[in-house]
Amino acid sequence: MLRCLSYLRPHRALVVGAYLLLLINNGITLGMPLIISHTVDQGIRAGDASVIRWGAVALLGLALLRGVFTFFLGRWTEVASQNVAYDLRNAIHGKLQSLSFSYHDQAETGQLLARAVGDVDRVRFLTGRAILRLVEVVTLVLGIAIVMMVMNLRLALPTLVIVPLLTYVALSFGRLYRPLWGAIREQISQLTAHLEQNLRGSRIVKAFAQEPAEIRRFDRLNARYFDLHMIASRTRAMYLPLLRLIASAGIIVVILYGGQLVIREELTIGELVAFSTYVGQLLVPVRRLGMIVSAIAQSIASGERIFEILDSRSEVEDLPGARPAEEVRGNVRFEHVSFSYFERNPVLKDIDFEAEPGQVVALLGATGSGKSSVINLVPRFYDPTRGRVLLDGHDIRYLTVASLREQIGIVLQDTTLFASTVRENIAFGRPDAGEEEIIAAARAASAHDFIMEMPQGYEAAVGERGMTLSGGQKQRIAIARAILKDPRILILDDATSSVDTETEALIQAALARLMKGRTSFVIAQRLSTLRQADQVLVIEKGRIAARGYRTAEHTAHDELLRTSGLYAEIYYQQLRPRELDGRSRKDDSL
Amino acid sequence: MISVGGGASGSGPGHMLHRFGSKAIDGKGRISGRVLLRLLRFVKPYWWQMCLATLAMLVSSGAQLLAPYLTKVAIDENIASGDVGGLVATSLVLAGALTAAYLASAAQSYILAWVGQKVLTTLRADLFRHLQHLSVAYQDRHIVGVTISRVISDVGVINQLLSQGSISMIGDSLMLVGTVAVMLAMEPRLALLAFSVMPLMVLASTLFSQRARVAFRETRESIGVVIGDLAEDIDGMRVIQAFSQEETTQERFEAVNRANRDANIRAMSLSFLFLPVVDILSVAAMCIVLWSGGLMAARETLTVGVVVAFLSYVARFFGPIRDLSQLYTTLQAATAGGERVLELLDTPPAVRDRSDAIEMPPIDGRVELRDVSFRYDPDKGVLDHIDITIEAGETVALVGPTGAGKTSIASLVARFYDVTEGAVLIDGHDLRDVTQESLHRQMGLVPQDPFLFPGTIADNIRFGRPDASQADLAEVASLANADEFIRNLPEGYETRILEGGVNLSVGQRQLVCIARALLVDPRILILDEATSSVDTVTETLIQDALERLLEGRTAIVIAHRLSTVRNADRLYVIDEGRVVEEGSHEELLEMGGLYRNLYERQFIVWGEDGE
Repeated sequence: MLRCLSYLRPHRALVVGAYLLLLINNGITLGMPLIISHTVDQGIRAGDASVIRWGAVALLGLALLRGVFTFFLGRWTEVASQNVAYDLRNAIHGKLQSLSFSYHDQAETGQLLARAVGDVDRVRFLTGRAILRLVEVVTLVLGIAIVMMVMNLRLALPTLVIVPLLTYVALSFGRLYRPLWGAIREQISQLTAHLEQNLRGSRIVKAFAQEPAEIRRFDRLNARYFDLHMIASRTRAMYLPLLRLIASAGIIVVILYGGQLVIREELTIGELVAFSTYVGQLLVPVRRLGMIVSAIAQSIASGERIFEILDSRSEVEDLPGARPAEEVRGNVRFEHVSFSYFERNPVLKDIDFEAEPGQVVALLGATGSGKSSVINLVPRFYDPTRGRVLLDGHDIRYLTVASLREQIGIVLQDTTLFASTVRENIAFGRPDAGEEEIIAAARAASAHDFIMEMPQGYEAAVGERGMTLSGGQKQRIAIARAILKDPRILILDDATSSVDTETEALIQAALARLMKGRTSFVIAQRLSTLRQADQVLVIEKGRIAARGYRTAEHTAHDELLRTSGLYAEIYYQQLRPRELDGRSRKDDSL
Repeated sequence: MISVGGGASGSGPGHMLHRFGSKAIDGKGRISGRVLLRLLRFVKPYWWQMCLATLAMLVSSGAQLLAPYLTKVAIDENIASGDVGGLVATSLVLAGALTAAYLASAAQSYILAWVGQKVLTTLRADLFRHLQHLSVAYQDRHIVGVTISRVISDVGVINQLLSQGSISMIGDSLMLVGTVAVMLAMEPRLALLAFSVMPLMVLASTLFSQRARVAFRETRESIGVVIGDLAEDIDGMRVIQAFSQEETTQERFEAVNRANRDANIRAMSLSFLFLPVVDILSVAAMCIVLWSGGLMAARETLTVGVVVAFLSYVARFFGPIRDLSQLYTTLQAATAGGERVLELLDTPPAVRDRSDAIEMPPIDGRVELRDVSFRYDPDKGVLDHIDITIEAGETVALVGPTGAGKTSIASLVARFYDVTEGAVLIDGHDLRDVTQESLHRQMGLVPQDPFLFPGTIADNIRFGRPDASQADLAEVASLANADEFIRNLPEGYETRILEGGVNLSVGQRQLVCIARALLVDPRILILDEATSSVDTVTETLIQDALERLLEGRTAIVIAHRLSTVRNADRLYVIDEGRVVEEGSHEELLEMGGLYRNLYERQFIVWGEDGE
């Protein structure tokens, strides 16, 4: 909680000002019944018109003053707390960008969003109105108690009995209500999740004729949601009016006991009126108390969730004294590299190879063999557990992350585009790129033609996650993006997803152009890549199980066919039949 | 819950969200009486509960109105005359009235919540049922998030109107009328003087609610942009880091974040302006009462008790006015939400069972598309006079460029849509003459994107036949080559599948989808070949499993790989919504048409980068 409040520090002038105004306002609120009481006693009952007049004028004046103060104190608090939310969201966004892939592997987008939106809002409420209201309630109740006791101790004591009672009821309501509310939120998120999955899988639901079962499941969740809501409503229906009832009991005490005091002339009518006004004034803040207390508890929990993000340490950071990578030639060497995502369970074991500038290194292996982990180490998406990765002879951990990644281009099968224009997506790595450069990159990526066919060309909007484009088109934009960046080192997989044969040809041609003259690491799915590669690494269970080199006489593929049983096995059993099936007859003759 | 709402600026991330959001939030926002009436109809089944709630409200407001009057009686009559017995009696009446008020308002609040939640539960259930019956066409054209926000958020807004809104409108109006009546009855001159601030109050409320509406809409829209931007950045974090664009995206995020902060401050400042104005006006009314009432009392034309009672009536007088003025905003939001919900409920299912539809008898498997034309939009044809006949047990492959209409043909056979012209027949039955349920029960689908539901692997395989035994599961899983990897998972068949199936590889998900289709033992199978690359070993497993799945069934395969194509009994080459070529792989190659062309393009590229 203190840490939440520490975000208010830059805005402390506003906060202090607001709290000062709050105290003044409480003073005014306390003073008003006194004026009324004085006016009733000295003005009305004594028949003094000038006292009445002055009383009314004073009342109006104070109200005006209170009004102006209320505005400023509200605004200042809001500005301060909105700034807290603003700072927190920026901090979260910044932090997320600095966290390495191992963090994002495990984090769920929905969870992160909930924290950055809902939880931040709750902390904003805490640092703003929640604490302000709490202070207001406490000081007001104290003030009222003191004024009452000064005015008439004998009436004050029985009347004030309601204060601890109100506090107790309000707090226990907060205690009861909070877990209920948590359960309700949980239930609505289950309901939402069910709905979402049902909509996403609507074809399956229909094709398997499972609508009735889906409806039953939804009805069950829906009914539970109703039940939870009703428990909460019952609690609210009992407690909230109860607070009013208790406060009203105070009024009865004032009238019954105070009335007798007036009859015995130990109290004036004016004081009686003032007392009943004070009791009325207690009502509103105390009723809020339950809600404030439960809101504060929720905000503290929210704060913890936010700080959990902000406190996560990135595993990949610039070391002190890290230098920028300069004039990169593109020699990449893996020196006895081992790597594991979690403590045990090594994913890579003793990987050792060297790629000369401009070479194409093809990685072949089954899913989970570790070939993606190898390429992820090059741009330092992760750091090796043991061994080193060297770029032109420098350990990449001693290079700044940004300068290293500037040298690397990545094109993977699963393409992420941003919801903006085609142009902005191509220029993503180099926002300052000129028109000709962008078009040249698009041409080289075989993307220019289809872009020009779209009504708005390069200004066409790419929808939420590139929804308006087909898989093949997205892939080509990603290729253009990498070409424009002109990296020394390239990471890609040669697969093309969900495209017709013509598009596939275009993509393959674009990839070939992209690789020219760059050190390339390719996750190979095709024979063409293997034949073209300068070096082929067969990865099995995290190790390099076999390797082959291209020479003047033979390709790496030919060499491996002869030297490696594993390679031959993969080739004859899986790769070759697939290729022969449809792709190329030329292979037959080889 | 996060509500993903509108957006603001033209370009940049989140502007797609903006498009959908602002359409949902709607520009001007007028209250439509027609919508209001239809929404109120949902409350109709609970009319007597609503009457009860209204009654409870009358009791509680009446009792509350009584309090200041009883205070006046105590001061003017009991205390002034020193009548302790009378004072006790008055206090007892007051205590009784307040207790009644407590019980009544507890009852009212509970009943209203009950009715409100009942209506909401019904509405949500209706919407969900309706969504199940809407054809795939609807789902294809609507973004999931938008539909969800209709079922969850919009329905929530309606609640405010139906239960809280309608009652508090009645309650506030009654309270207002009651207070005015009591004041007028007690002392008409003083009452009229107190009312003199009312026009100012009405003016302030109208001015405020107009501005507030705009301001609060801005806050909703701007938080929508923040959410959209953040979500996109999280999804694209790998790309952002790979391209070292952290600073640019941070700046962009800070800009949308700032816009949201400023919109919030503007909106809240407006309320901070409004509340003191109400406060000042109510004190002004009290001053008038004190001044003129005080002078009258001093001249003894009025008792002190009346002045005191008036002071507390005036305080009670402003609450309802303020609430009523804000009710307009609630009403408007609710009708806007209601309109969207009703629009969804009113969307007619594109595919509907005929009233005289028969059960599809056990399917033999002859599928016939007879001169079929189909379009999603009236002016945009997708399929153009298609004729395809598939004999029982045959496997037919559809090939052609992206967007040629292959998926549409398969969707028509599954009756996800109805044909625009012509007919689809299975065993001679026009699909429009049979019930969808009886058709789908005999049909299997393996989607291109291997979609799995959250739940265990067993739940997913069982999806089409929830009563299948464990032995059945293991059998189909073995046939689908999935048994082995499932058994190797720590929890086997009870392994929970995470959202998006992320804890299984794509290939494994495909195998589970094949097992799911095998379990229902469909007579007709639609297979949209998955094309995302999996490793070679898994690929072999999948091909092998598919062969078993296709055996002895009529199958329509949307083929992306030529390997599948060679095993098919017949190929249809689709281009621009027409069947342009038909025959076996070899025949089509001979023919030298589009198929050969497609085939050779691949070949040429192979030659280029292969050597």
